[in-house]
Order: sequence, then structure tokens, then C-alpha cells
Amino acid sequence: MLDGVKKLGMQSVKFQNPPSILSTYSIVGPKEGEGPLKDYFDLILEDDMWGQESFEKAESKIQEETIKSALSNGNLTNKDIDYLLAGDLLNQIITSSYTARQLNIPFYGLYGACSTMTESLSLGAMLIDGGFAQKVICATSSHFSSAERQFRFPLEYGSQRNFSSQWTVTGAGATILSAEGNGPYITYATTGKIVDMGIRDATNMGAAMAPAAMDTLINHFNDTGFSPQDYDLIVSGDLGSIGKSIVIDLMQEKGYALSDNFTDCGYEIFDSKEQDTHAGGSGCACAATVFNGYIYKEIMKGSFNRVLLVATGALHSTTINQQGESIPSIAHAVTIDINKA
Amino acid sequence: MEFIKAFIVGGLICVVGQVILDNTKLTPAHILVIFLTAGVVLGGLGIYEPLVKFGGAGATVPIVGFGYSLSQGAIEGAKSKGVIGAFTGGLTANAGGVAAAILFGYIMALVFKPKTKS
Amino acid sequence: MENMNKKEYQKYAEQQVPKPTYLKNSLMAFVIGGLICLLGQIIRNWLVKNGLDEKAVGGGTAIILVFIGALLTGLGVYDKIGKIGGAGSLVPITGFSNAIVSPAMEFKTEGLIFGVAAKMFVIAGPVLVYGVGSSVIVGILHLLLKKG
Repeated sequence: MLDGVKKLGMQSVKFQNPPSILSTYSIVGPKEGEGPLKDYFDLILEDDMWGQESFEKAESKIQEETIKSALSNGNLTNKDIDYLLAGDLLNQIITSSYTARQLNIPFYGLYGACSTMTESLSLGAMLIDGGFAQKVICATSSHFSSAERQFRFPLEYGSQRNFSSQWTVTGAGATILSAEGNGPYITYATTGKIVDMGIRDATNMGAAMAPAAMDTLINHFNDTGFSPQDYDLIVSGDLGSIGKSIVIDLMQEKGYALSDNFTDCGYEIFDSKEQDTHAGGSGCACAATVFNGYIYKEIMKGSFNRVLLVATGALHSTTINQQGESIPSIAHAVTIDINKA
Repeated sequence: MEFIKAFIVGGLICVVGQVILDNTKLTPAHILVIFLTAGVVLGGLGIYEPLVKFGGAGATVPIVGFGYSLSQGAIEGAKSKGVIGAFTGGLTANAGGVAAAILFGYIMALVFKPKTKS
Repeated sequence: MENMNKKEYQKYAEQQVPKPTYLKNSLMAFVIGGLICLLGQIIRNWLVKNGLDEKAVGGGTAIILVFIGALLTGLGVYDKIGKIGGAGSLVPITGFSNAIVSPAMEFKTEGLIFGVAAKMFVIAGPVLVYGVGSSVIVGILHLLLKKG
């Protein structure tokens, strides 16, 4: 048994030196800026192109500015940062690579689809707790239009969205983790396994991802010995209304009561009736902006002391979907606690 | 009167498409191909013509009608020019629509930018 | 997920999705599709009145409707019609036009050759392939069956 091995159970880690969240920043597009959480985002764009020539370049600018603003919020420059962990939805995670090009920080690109926020927070916390870094930036972004043109239809195409479809959030969120600080702290991380229950319908992501969320939640509770009541808030990334109710139902059957303290970022970020977003928000920026905007600010206000954030990602590609394959999904969880222990 | 017939026949053909979209896993792309090929086959069998006579634009404007027009063109081409005509007839009869789509598509792409959805 | 196997989960998941508003969808498809065909009829009649023969009327109507579909797509209106009309905007020839113009506009950022021109048929390509292909077969069959 190695000294200092911090593994808990099958898939979890308990941090001995829990990193502190030093600063955060969130930028969203106009539609998100009209939603229920609009007062929590740091910047709401009036134009989701932000003066750029393409949606991809706009998304890159959004991610870059989010990271830069998180740095200045923490009175830091890029030279103070040991690692940048970032990812996005686009092929070859090009958004994050171009952002990293501008920032000059040692960079690990990540692909976790919509689970990238917690994937980056998990890995960032491990780097710091392991003594490999003092400060890490964890960031991710998505853009409705750049996602539509890669995964679905051209913007002007007259298709009808069904009721299970979700709306990719335009925006970016960044968290700066530090070995020193006064919290809130990342105290546990549970790494997900790929779970695939054979859902092939790319317009029903919630159903595709729900089993992965459940698998990670159950393993987290088993590994750590905690139960749903030990958290003020358990929040998934972008299960949407359908995925959320599937998780509540099936977890209930397995003996875990997820009740008033369970919600979903995709469910909260839009007003589905007013904004016609059907099952809710999705995309890497969904968990990222809701966490760095709403959840972090509410923790600082004292509304939540202990939060379990479980972002979920659907890891398919259009090619493999067209070949008849189903959608493999994953969920990564992190515990954010105002106390270190 | 013919306006009412066009409205009803065209509307009903679209309803068939909508019912398929709402009740099956088929996508818009499937509908386009199925309806188009149905038009070709029905036209080839001579079954679609009565609907065209009755419904006018209600039968020719939907994509089924495009398929019908392709098959009629191919048959006429075959009649007048043999095998070569079977190849040239369909496209020739419908060249207008296809060429228009290509040219206008290009022009609209030059002039307009896609607008974000809200 | 030991309790439910994959098939059971898929069935369960499908039941969780709210059913489409069938009646409203069909009604809107009927109305919008009907109106577009009505417009087609008006155009046909106008062309006949202006002395064009049967073939030219067919071609002319197609060209004008394709133009209208293209313009509405360019103006950013056709996708709104499509949202309400569903199959009513997809099935008429204006839907074919929208399927060509929308990717052409979308991929302008990748240039005029590899973007606009190459991607123009990314949605509508199957229409041409299956349409033209099957029409040739019909034509040849017609020849064979008439001879035999």
C-alpha cells in the first residue's frame, strides 16, 4: 500500500489537501441572459457572434475572455497558473486549443462533452492535491450555433425539434483552483465510467446520459459513505427535464431518495415554456456557467454549504451514430464544501 | 374551385408526412427520400396522374410531384429516344427547378448570413 | 443498472418523452402545406394566362417556388415556418429549396468552394440521387415492358 494513496472505493478520491476555489467567471449568450438565472452570470452578450466572423471564432473568444476575467478576478496573470485544463464540443476541441494558444499556459485539452466542467475540476484538484501545481484553471465552453452545424442542422433549415431535444448553451465558465485559499474547497471527486444503455436517439440525450449519472452517483455514495441528505444541493449537468425525472425515479427504486435538494443545470438555466427550449439546456457551458455563476455565488452567500456537482456527457459522434451505434455517456462528480474536512 | 382542391390535396399529402414524423423514428431526410421515390414509382405505374388532374398544384408542388415529374420525363425520353432518353429525360424535364435551386442557393449564401435561433 | 436490462431501459426512456401534439402538428402541416400548394396553383394559373405551354408552366412554377423558398430561407423566415408547419414546409418544393439554401448559407465561413458549393447538397443530395436514379430505372423498365 503506497503512502499517500487517496483512493476511496472503486471510483472516488478524497483530497488530503483540498484545493480552494480562488475565483470564477461566467459569460453567456443573449438567450441564457433572458433565463431564470440571468442575474448570476458575470457577463451577458448582446450578440452571440461577439463581432467575430464565425461561430467557432466567437466561441473561442468567449472562452478566452472568460478565462482572462477569472484571472483578473483573482488578481492573477497567466504566469501565475501552472496548468490550463479545458475542453469543448467541437471537433479536435479546436475552441480550447485556440484559446490556449492565446494564453501561453501549459495546457491539457480534454474531451468529456458536457461533463468537461467536472472532468476538469476533478483533474485540476488532483494536480493540486498531488503537489503538482499551485494554481490550475478549469474551463469549458459551448455555442449553440457551432454545435448545431457540427451535430445537427444548418441554422436556417426548417426542421421541427421534438420534445426531448435540448438547447445547447452559448457561453463559457472558468474556475481557478489554488492550493492556498479560504474555500469553498473541492473535497471529493468521483470519476465516471462509460455507461451505454443502447439509446441511439441523439435527440434524447437526457435518456442517454441518465444511466451514467446514476452510476456515478451510486458509486460516489458507496465509496464515500455519504447519502443524498448529506448535501445541500446535488446538481447534474444537463440531464434536462426528461433525464432528471428518469434519475429521480430509478434512484428511488434503488433506495436513494433524491428529493428537493436535487436539480439539473439544464433544467434550471432556461424557462422551458417561455423560451421554448423543450427538455432544457445542454452543452459544456451548461454546467460550467450554472456552476461558476449561480452555484458558486450562492455558496459564497451561504445558501449552500455542501454541493455535489455531477456533470454528464454524451460521448457520441454523428458518424458513429449514423453507423447505427448508440450513445455512450459518462458522468464525473465533485464535492464542493465550505469546510476542508 | 381548383384552388380549394390544390389546398386540400397538398395539405393532405403533408399531413401524411407529419404523421410519419410524429409516430416513427424516421427523420425529415427519410421523408424526403420516401415521398420522392413514391412519386417516381406511382408515376411510373400511372397511378399518380389522376391525382395530378384532380389536385393540380396540390399534387405537383409536394416532393411527390417532383418524383412524378422525374418519372414522366424519363418515360417520355425513353419513348422518343430509347435508352439514352431514359437517362436524359428525368433531369431534362426538371432541370429548371434544380438549376434554380443551385443558382439561388449560391446567391442567397452570398447575400445573407444565417441568423442565430432564439 | 443491474435491475433493468438495455431493452427495458430503452422502452422506459421512450415512455418518459412527452408525446408530440399530434393534432396540432397535423393541422399546421395541413394548413401550411395547403397554402404553399395553393400559392403554386396561383402561379400556375398566372403562367398559363401568360401563354406558356404545359411543360414551361411546370418548369416555371418550380423555378418561382424554389426562388420563394430560397428568399425566405435567406431572410431567416423559412426556419420559423418550418417550426410551425413541420411536414407542411418540408414536403413542398420550397422545402427542397430550403434544404439547399440553408447549408449553402451556413458553410459560407468555409469559403465559396469547400463551404457554399460543396455543402449545398448535404441535406438534399439524397433527393437527387434517389429521384434521378429511380427515374432512369422507371424509364428503362418502360422500354423493356413495352417491347416485351
